[in-house]
Amino acid sequence: MAPFPGRSRWRSPAADPTACCSPCLPGEQPRAAGDEGQLLTAPGLLHRHDDLKEMLDSNKDSLKLEAMKRIVAMIARGKNASDLFPAVVKNVACKNIEVKKLVYVYLVRYAEEQQDLALLSISTFQRGLKDPNQLIRASALRVLSSIRVPIIVPIMMLAIKEAASDMSPYVRKTAAHAIPKLYSLDSDQKDQLIEVIEKLLADKTTLVAGSVVMAFEEVCPERIDLIHKNYRKLCNLLIDVEEWGQVVIINMLTRYARTQFLSPNQNESLLEDSAEKAFYGSDEEDTKDAKAEATSLVKRKPYVMDPDHRLLLRNTKPLLQSRNAAVVMAVAQLYFHLAPKAEVGVIAKALVRLLRSHRSVQYVVLQNVATMSIKRRGMFEPYLKSFYIRSTDPTQIKILKLEVLTNLANETNISTILREFQTYIRSMDKDFVAATIQAIGRCATNIGKVRDTCLNGLVQLLSNRDELVVAESVVVIKKLLQMQPAQHSEIIKHMAKLTDNIQVPMARASILWLIGEYCEHVPKIAPDVLRKMAKSFTNEEDIVKLQVINLAAKLYLTNSKQSKLLTQYVLNLAKYDQNYDIRDRARFIRQLIVPTEKSGALNKYAKKLFLAQKPAPILESSFKDRDHFQLGSLSHLLNAKAVGYQELPDWPDEAPDPSVRNVEVVRGSAGLPRAHQGGGGHWEPRWRSSRTLTVSPSSTGTKHLPTGELQQALGQLQQGRGETCLLAEPESVSEESESSSSEGSSSSGSEEEEEGSGDQSEDKEEEEKRKKKKEKEAPRKASLESAGRYPAHHVPWVPRAACSPMAVLAPSQLLSPAFGSVRTYELLHRMTGEGLSVEYCFSRRPFPHDPHMVAVQIQISNNTDAEVKSLRISEPKPLSGMRIQEFPEIGMAQPGSEGSCVVMGIDFCDSTQAANFQLCTHTRHFYVSIQPPVGELMAPVFMSENEFKKEQGKLTGMSEITEKLTLLEKCRSDHAIVQQVTSAANVGRVPCGADNEYRFAAKTVTSGSLVLITLEKREGAAAQLTVNSEKMVIGTMLVKDIVQALVQ
Amino acid sequence: MIHSLFLINCSGDIFLEKHWKSVVSQSVCDYFFEAQEKAVDVENVPPVISTPHHYLISIYRDKIFFVSVIQTEVPPLFVIEFLHRVADTFQDYFGECSETSIKDNVVIVYELLEEMLDNGFPLATESNILKELIKPPTILRSVVNSITGSSNVGDTLPTGQLSNIPWRRAGVKYTNNEAYFDVIEEIDAIIDKSGSTVFAEIQGVIDSCIKLSGMPDLSLSFMNPRLLDDVSFHPCIRFKRWESERVLSFIPPDGNFRLISYRVSSQNLVAIPVYVKHMISFKENSSSGRFDVTIGPKQNMGKTVEGVVMTVHMPKAVLNMNLTSTQGNYTFDPVTKVLTWDIGKITPQKLPNLKGIVNLQSGAPKPEENPSLNIQFKIQQLAISAKTQTWMEGR
Repeated sequence: MAPFPGRSRWRSPAADPTACCSPCLPGEQPRAAGDEGQLLTAPGLLHRHDDLKEMLDSNKDSLKLEAMKRIVAMIARGKNASDLFPAVVKNVACKNIEVKKLVYVYLVRYAEEQQDLALLSISTFQRGLKDPNQLIRASALRVLSSIRVPIIVPIMMLAIKEAASDMSPYVRKTAAHAIPKLYSLDSDQKDQLIEVIEKLLADKTTLVAGSVVMAFEEVCPERIDLIHKNYRKLCNLLIDVEEWGQVVIINMLTRYARTQFLSPNQNESLLEDSAEKAFYGSDEEDTKDAKAEATSLVKRKPYVMDPDHRLLLRNTKPLLQSRNAAVVMAVAQLYFHLAPKAEVGVIAKALVRLLRSHRSVQYVVLQNVATMSIKRRGMFEPYLKSFYIRSTDPTQIKILKLEVLTNLANETNISTILREFQTYIRSMDKDFVAATIQAIGRCATNIGKVRDTCLNGLVQLLSNRDELVVAESVVVIKKLLQMQPAQHSEIIKHMAKLTDNIQVPMARASILWLIGEYCEHVPKIAPDVLRKMAKSFTNEEDIVKLQVINLAAKLYLTNSKQSKLLTQYVLNLAKYDQNYDIRDRARFIRQLIVPTEKSGALNKYAKKLFLAQKPAPILESSFKDRDHFQLGSLSHLLNAKAVGYQELPDWPDEAPDPSVRNVEVVRGSAGLPRAHQGGGGHWEPRWRSSRTLTVSPSSTGTKHLPTGELQQALGQLQQGRGETCLLAEPESVSEESESSSSEGSSSSGSEEEEEGSGDQSEDKEEEEKRKKKKEKEAPRKASLESAGRYPAHHVPWVPRAACSPMAVLAPSQLLSPAFGSVRTYELLHRMTGEGLSVEYCFSRRPFPHDPHMVAVQIQISNNTDAEVKSLRISEPKPLSGMRIQEFPEIGMAQPGSEGSCVVMGIDFCDSTQAANFQLCTHTRHFYVSIQPPVGELMAPVFMSENEFKKEQGKLTGMSEITEKLTLLEKCRSDHAIVQQVTSAANVGRVPCGADNEYRFAAKTVTSGSLVLITLEKREGAAAQLTVNSEKMVIGTMLVKDIVQALVQ
Repeated sequence: MIHSLFLINCSGDIFLEKHWKSVVSQSVCDYFFEAQEKAVDVENVPPVISTPHHYLISIYRDKIFFVSVIQTEVPPLFVIEFLHRVADTFQDYFGECSETSIKDNVVIVYELLEEMLDNGFPLATESNILKELIKPPTILRSVVNSITGSSNVGDTLPTGQLSNIPWRRAGVKYTNNEAYFDVIEEIDAIIDKSGSTVFAEIQGVIDSCIKLSGMPDLSLSFMNPRLLDDVSFHPCIRFKRWESERVLSFIPPDGNFRLISYRVSSQNLVAIPVYVKHMISFKENSSSGRFDVTIGPKQNMGKTVEGVVMTVHMPKAVLNMNLTSTQGNYTFDPVTKVLTWDIGKITPQKLPNLKGIVNLQSGAPKPEENPSLNIQFKIQQLAISAKTQTWMEGR
C-alpha cells in the first residue's frame, strides 16, 4: 500500500512506549496518535490511558492539548476512547480555546454513550449561553444541542427559544440549526418547535433564512401555511443567502408554488392534447374529445400568472450562474416544474455547463437531463454535441449520455446521431457497445424513417466477432422485426443460422422465439432448428429451454407432420427437468396441444392461443415518467421514494387565495432595505389604486371575497404596470396577530373601506414609491443588532382603535399625549430654516400603521410671508434596519400659520441612533435628524405585581442594573416621583404593595423586550433604582436618564 | 442531511471517520465495497448507493473515496458538491489532498470537518472564514507552536461569518497590494480519424490571487464580453451589474480563488493548434501490429506548444510495445494497457514521432478498432477564445 509507507511501522512493537509520555512536537503528533490508536486495542497496555489521564489532569495547557490531540486522532480512526470520558469532561471549561474545541469534539462523539457524566458539562454551556460575546453564545448552543442526551431536552428547548430572539443573527442561525437536533431527540416537542420556526421564519436576515427553512423542512414540511407570510421575503433574500441555504429554500419554494399557483401551461397543454389526439386518435374519439375540450376551454378563464409566481421565477434565474452545481440544479428543477414551457429553455445551457464538472456531478446532472429530455426535447437539442461521448468517460457516464442522445433523436438529427453511434459500436468497452445497440433499436422504433437503415446496420453487426455485440443485436433485431415481420424473412433465416455459434442465452432465446413466431415465413428451416435444439436441450439455460418448448408447440400446431415426434421428445425431456417452471410448462403445453380424449375444449383454440397477433414491443426510456419525482432529489435518482421525501404536489385546479401572502407587505416593505441591498431591487411593490387597497384589508377580510374577482384585479394590475403589483394595506398589520384577529377585525376592515378615499391612497402610493427608491440605495452593510423583530402579536398593547388611516390630523387631537407633559425638540430652527421652523415631540401614542414604530409628532410653523408648498420628507438615510414612515406631503403652509401637525413613524430598532432625513419644501432641502431619548423607545405595558415579580426574576444578572441616588427635596412625594419617571420614559406604573417602592413597566417598541423599573425609597433622601431589561444598553441609558430626572 | 463521512483509500482501508449525528458503524461501508467490486474501475463506482437503512453518496478525488452516509431525502448534488468542497479545503490547507497529508494533520482535519458541518448541514465552507477559525499548518507555525505552546486554532473569532460578505475576512493588510488574474482556457475537442473536428468547445476559468488591503471593490471588464455567454460566478460577483453592463464588479475574497468559469462552444471559432498523423494497424493472423504517430503544430500565432503528453488506452490483446521515439520518453503499462508518451515542447523543424511494433497476445483475435489517442498540451499566453481583458479598476 504505497500511499502511506509509515503505516507498517506504526504497528511494529518497536515503537517506544515511553515516547508517548512526553509531549511530542506537533510534527510528530500524528504518528504518536496513530500509535496510540493501534496499541489501545492490545490488552496489557492499558496504562497508556493513565498517561493520557495524567496529561489531562495536569495544569499545563500544552500537555492537555497534546492529550486531546491524541484522543481526537483515536476517534478519527474509529478507535474507542470512551473510557477517558471523566478525564476529558473535566476540561470542558478549559481556558485554552483549542483544548476546549477538542473537548467539544469528544463530548459530541461520546455524550450519547455516557449520559450521566455528560450532564457534568451542561452548566458550562448554560453559562456560555449568557455570554456577552455572540460567538460564544452560539458555540455553547451548538454543543449543547449536539450532545444527544434526552434528559436535557427541556434545557435545550429553553435555550433554543431564548436564542431565537437573540439580538445576534448568528445566534439565531445557530438556534435554527438546533431545532432539527432537538426534534430528532424528542419529537414530542414538535408543537413548541414549530412556534420557534414560525418566529425565525419571520427573520429578515440572510444568515438565518437558509437554516430556518432547513429546520422547517425537517420538522414540519407539511405546514406550508407558515410560508405564506414569508414567501416574498424569501424570494427577495434568496440571492444573498449562502449557497447551501439557497438549495434548501429553492426546493421548498418549488413545493410551495405547486400548491399555491396555477399551472402556467394549462392552456397550452389543453391545446397540445387535442393536437396530439387529432394525430393519433381515431376519428370517432376525436370528435368527442374535441367537443369536451372545446367546452372545457371555454370554461377556463385565460391564464394570468400570479405575480408571486413570476417573482419566484425571476429571482431564481440569476442563480443559474452560481458556481455551486447544487444551486444550479435546484434552479433548473424549479424552472422545469414551475415555469411556462417557453421559459424552461434557459436552464439547458447551465446544465450543459455542469457537464464539465467532476464525474459524480456529471452523473447526477445527466440523470436529470435524461428525464427532462423526454418531456422537453427541444430544450437540449441545440446542445446535442455536448452529449457526445468521449473515450475517457467512465461507462456509467457513457450510458447516461447515450440515453440523452437517444431521447434527443428526431427526424432531422437522426443521421448525425446514427453516425456517432457507429463510432461507439467499435468501442472497446463492451457494456457501452451493448447499450449503444439498444439505443439504435430505440431510435429505430421511434423514428420510422430510419428503421430499415438501423435494421441493416444491426444485421451487419450479427457477423461481429464479439459475441456480446451479436447477442445484443439479436435481441434488438427481434424487437424490431416484430413490427414488420413479413418483409424480413431473410433476416430471420440469417439469424436461424446463428444458433450454431451464439452462446448468450438471451440471444438464443430471442432467436428461437422469432423462428417460432414466424415459422410460416421460414417453413423449411424451423423444424431443423428444433431438431438441433432438441439435441442440446439438456445443456441449455432455463430461458432457452422455455423457448424451445414454445417453438416446439408452435411448430406442432402449424407443421405437425414434420415436428410431431420432435415435439414429443422435447416435452418428454422437459417433463424431467430440474426446474419446476419448465416441468409445469411442458405439462401445460402437452395438455393444450396434443389432442387426447380427456383434453377439453381448449384444444381447438390452441392455435389461436399460440399464434395470436402480438403487439410490437415499445422500446421506452427507463427515464420515462420519472419526473413525478421532484427533479434533483435523491428519490428521482434512485427512482424510488427515499425516506423523508416530500411529494411534489400537482397543480391545484383553482388557485388558493393569493392574499394570504399579502399580510407581510407592510412590514416587509418597511424592512426592505436589507432585502434590497443585494437583491438589486427588482421587486417593487406598487400601490395601484384605492380600489385594490380595499380588496385585501386583512387576512380575515379577504376570505369573503371571491377569488375570481381578486384574480381579475391582479390581472389588470399586471397588465397596467407590466410590473409586479402587490395588494396590500398598511392598516392590516395589527390584524395580523392571530389571537386578536378573530374579533373585531372585520368591522375595522369595513371602516377602512369607507375611509380609504381616493386621493389619500394616491398620496400613499407616491410616497411609497419614493421610499422604495431611497431604500434601494441604502448602503450594503451588515448589522448585528438591527434585526430583532417580532411578530405583531408580541405587542399586545397596540389598541385596536388605533387603526385609523394616516392623515393630517387636527393639532388638538394630537396634542394630548398619554402621560404627563411633553417635551418638544427642535427639528429645524427658524434661522436655518429661513423662516420655516419645525419642532417635534414624541406623542407617546402608538403609531397606527406599524406597532414597531415610534410615533413622532411634527409641528410646522411658517414664519415667512410666503407660502411654503409641498412640504415633505425625502431621502431618508436610515441606518441599517431603521425604518421611516413619512408623513403625507403637506400641500401648503400659509404664511404665519402656527402649526400644521403631522405624525410620522420611525422604527429606531431600539437604539438611540439618530434618524437622518431631508425635509423638503418646493424650494429648499434641509438636512435634519431626530434623535430619540431612550425613554421614548418604549411603550407602557400593564401588568400585575405578581407578573412583574415573575418577569423580574427572569431578568437578573447581566440584565439588571442598579444605581443608588439621593432624591431632591422636591422629588420626594409619590406624585413627583411618578411624574418625573413617566416624563423621562414612556412607561406604565405597576401597582405595588409596599409603600416605599415604585414600579414601572414598558416594552421596547421594536423588539418588545420588557423594561422593568423599580425605585425603592430608603431612609431620608436615599433611594435605589433598579432597571431590568435584556437590552443592556437601553437599561444603562435609562438608568442615567431617570437618575438625572430625579436628581436635578 | 449528512450523517457521517468515511474516507477510504484505494486499498479499501477506512482511515478516517467523522459522525455529525449518532455514530454509524463502519460496516455500512461494506455496501460501498460491494459496489466498488462490481464496478470494473474506480471511475465506475456509482456515486449514489442505496442500502437498506442508509444511502451512500460518494466522490472519488485524488485516490481517496469520500463516502458520506445519508438517512433521508437530500438533493444528491448538494452532498456531492459539499464533499468536493471538503476535498478542495484539504487541498487548500495541506497543499495536496492525499491520505498521507490527511493522516499527518488528522486533528486539523477533524477541526475543519467540525466547523464545516453542523448536524449535517453546511455551516462554514468559505476558505476565508475557515482560515480564520483554524490556521493552516506551515512549517514556521509548527516550529513556533512547539516553542510557544500556542495552537492552530484562531483565538480571534471570525467576523466573516457574521457579515454580508462572508467570503472576505475583515482587517486584511498588505504592504504590497497586488492582484493577479490567470486566464486558463482549455479546448476540449473530439476529432475523428480523418482529422476533422466532431465537437469542440472552450472551457475557461479566471483564477485570481488578490492581496489587497481593506475592502477593495474591483471592476473587471472585457473587450468582447459577448463571447462569455455561459458563465458561472463566484458568489462575490454582482449579478445585476454583469447583466446590465457586462462588467465584473466584486469585493474579492482574500487570497486565491476562482473568479469565473465560462464556456465558449462555437465550433468554427476553435482552431485546434496541433495535428496528429497516425498509422496504427494490426495484422490479421499474426501477433504483431504497427504503430506510428507523429504530432505537429498547426497555426498557433507563433507560440510554442509545450507540455505535450499523449496517452493511449491500447486494446486488451496488446501484450507489449517496442517503440522508438525521436523526442521524449514513453512508457507502456502492460497491466492497464496504457501507453503514455511525454513529449514536452514541439519544435516545428523536427516533429516528434513515435513508432515501432505492437506485440499481441498470440491466438487472440485482432482488435477490430484502433484505440483513441488523447493528447494534452499547453500554450502559454494564448487566449483561444480571443477574449481580451481591457481594464480593471479598484476602489
